[in-house]
Amino acid sequence: MTVTEASVPSVPPRDPNRTPILQARNLVKTFGRVVGLDGVSLDLYPGEVLAIIGDNGAGKSTLIKCLTGAEIPDEGQILLSGEQVHFKRPQDARTHGIETVYQNLAVSPALDVASNLYLGREERLSNIFGKLFRVLDTNGMRKRAKEELTRLGISTLQDVTVAVENLSGGQRQAVAVARAAAFGSKVVVLDEPTAALGVRESNQVLQLVRDLRDRGLPVILISHNMPHVFDVADRIHIQRLGKCAATITPESHNMTDAVAIMTGAATA
Amino acid sequence: MTQQQTAGPPPAHADLAEEFLDRSTPLTRIRNILHRYPALSPAIVLLLAVIVFGILNDRFLRPENLSLITQQVAVIGTLAIAQTLIILTAGIDLSVGAVMVLASMVVAQTAVNNGFPAILALLAGLATSLVAGALNGLLVTRLKLPPFIVTLGTLNIFIALTLLYSNGATVRGSKMPELLTWTGSTFPIGGVRISIGVVLMLLLYGIVAFILGKTAWGRHVYAVGDDKEAARLAGIPVSRVLMSVYLAAGAVLAVGAWIQIGRTNAASPNAGVDLNLDSITAVVIGGTSLFGGRGSIWGSLLGALIVGVFRNGLSLAGLDVLYQTLAVGILVIVAVSVDQWIRKVKS
Repeated sequence: MTVTEASVPSVPPRDPNRTPILQARNLVKTFGRVVGLDGVSLDLYPGEVLAIIGDNGAGKSTLIKCLTGAEIPDEGQILLSGEQVHFKRPQDARTHGIETVYQNLAVSPALDVASNLYLGREERLSNIFGKLFRVLDTNGMRKRAKEELTRLGISTLQDVTVAVENLSGGQRQAVAVARAAAFGSKVVVLDEPTAALGVRESNQVLQLVRDLRDRGLPVILISHNMPHVFDVADRIHIQRLGKCAATITPESHNMTDAVAIMTGAATA
Repeated sequence: MTQQQTAGPPPAHADLAEEFLDRSTPLTRIRNILHRYPALSPAIVLLLAVIVFGILNDRFLRPENLSLITQQVAVIGTLAIAQTLIILTAGIDLSVGAVMVLASMVVAQTAVNNGFPAILALLAGLATSLVAGALNGLLVTRLKLPPFIVTLGTLNIFIALTLLYSNGATVRGSKMPELLTWTGSTFPIGGVRISIGVVLMLLLYGIVAFILGKTAWGRHVYAVGDDKEAARLAGIPVSRVLMSVYLAAGAVLAVGAWIQIGRTNAASPNAGVDLNLDSITAVVIGGTSLFGGRGSIWGSLLGALIVGVFRNGLSLAGLDVLYQTLAVGILVIVAVSVDQWIRKVKS
């Protein structure tokens, strides 16, 4: 892999024959006088882990919020599989197959693990009770939640009937990641998935990210943790002051370079 | 920025947690059980209250007295259903009593003064309380005002509307079609006379418990009350859920109005406006958290029964009404304190 283009914003694809799954074109988002995004573009290719790094306030979270429907960009386009999409709410992005794990986790503490996995897309019984009285298939959802957790190799959650508030930070993270992984059909976005985790749990989450990629699902990973980023990312998008400062790869640059670009001490 | 592996709990922290639990005292173990079953503590209080009042006065456990208690509880119990739904979403409804009274006046007036058939009069009452619920819901979801302020305002609006509409006059039950006072008629079960109103109330509890426990809407109500932003990010249409909760509460209050007419055999513009506080009391004693997202509908029934049993038991003991109010006040404070203590389990 050669050094990718230094200047902003669009980056030539790693393989010109592949088309990006998700594209952002010149996104602008302002909050009053504060400019959150100042013309940011981004490409996400099938089967890659794209990390987004940047200092606090560089626009990382705003960028992914625009990509996942939690914020509506003022200007710019978002294309999914080449077609322009307009996300007005998170649900719109989800129905298009983009699943997000937000930094604040978006789990409901009082509900149990299975309910949280299926929150917002509960399944009903297929019999008359489900059709007529809209009765939830609680046991079925629990069973499938358990299967999904096993499939994803999340061993820390044995009991899917335990309330999320009784779980540790790492276990809560696992619930949120599992939810995204189980339902994301096109893109999974993880915002600081390892921020609150211990070493072993972090490694589990990173392994989960690799597993998702190996299944062909592209992952966008927002993180402050350079070792984690350089460990799993295929490409790294560096945000600085609301713009994309550079897109690099772990092969082309090292962590010191990345931090230098992030802080403006160097350009790629 | 580049610190190696952030400091976190040691890998075996799950085992540590278990070890910690093992060191728990009997007291914390009781707390864990109470935390797991929120309706358990009000059930214990109710049982103790019944035993104590039964010992204090042998008239307390007589069938006539038990009949009286259930009938007294029917209205409060119904209002508590509406109140529970709203408190579960981290709201509060100060207007439940006023809405119920307004609906009952509409039912009575349209039947007696406008000559509506009984069914139509009841539907007019239902429409009234649905509009009232919709008004509360719109103000909460569109103007994003706190439910406390919204319902404090609408409480006064509905009281005024009721008095304007009814000219302050009570409509007696004897003038009404029989169906309207049917909720006050009773049938015996083992010596205890149960009113239709009580049956309707229990039916509503069953329906609402089913919906809250078994449907996606029920889960969304809990999720919205638990953490609104998390619910939104999980794809739950928060405003729509809130709106539907206020409408559902309105529908429940219409049934409450019918039960109230049967119970008092009249529709009075001055009766029951202060029931909003009793309904909140019942919900709180029943273990539902005022911060939303936690609680059970059956707890509210137990809470309403506890309030009814205390009021009745104390009056049988010959104490002034003032002492009943005093006791209910103390009960609320104790219930919330116990609730706080139980909830410490999670931290």
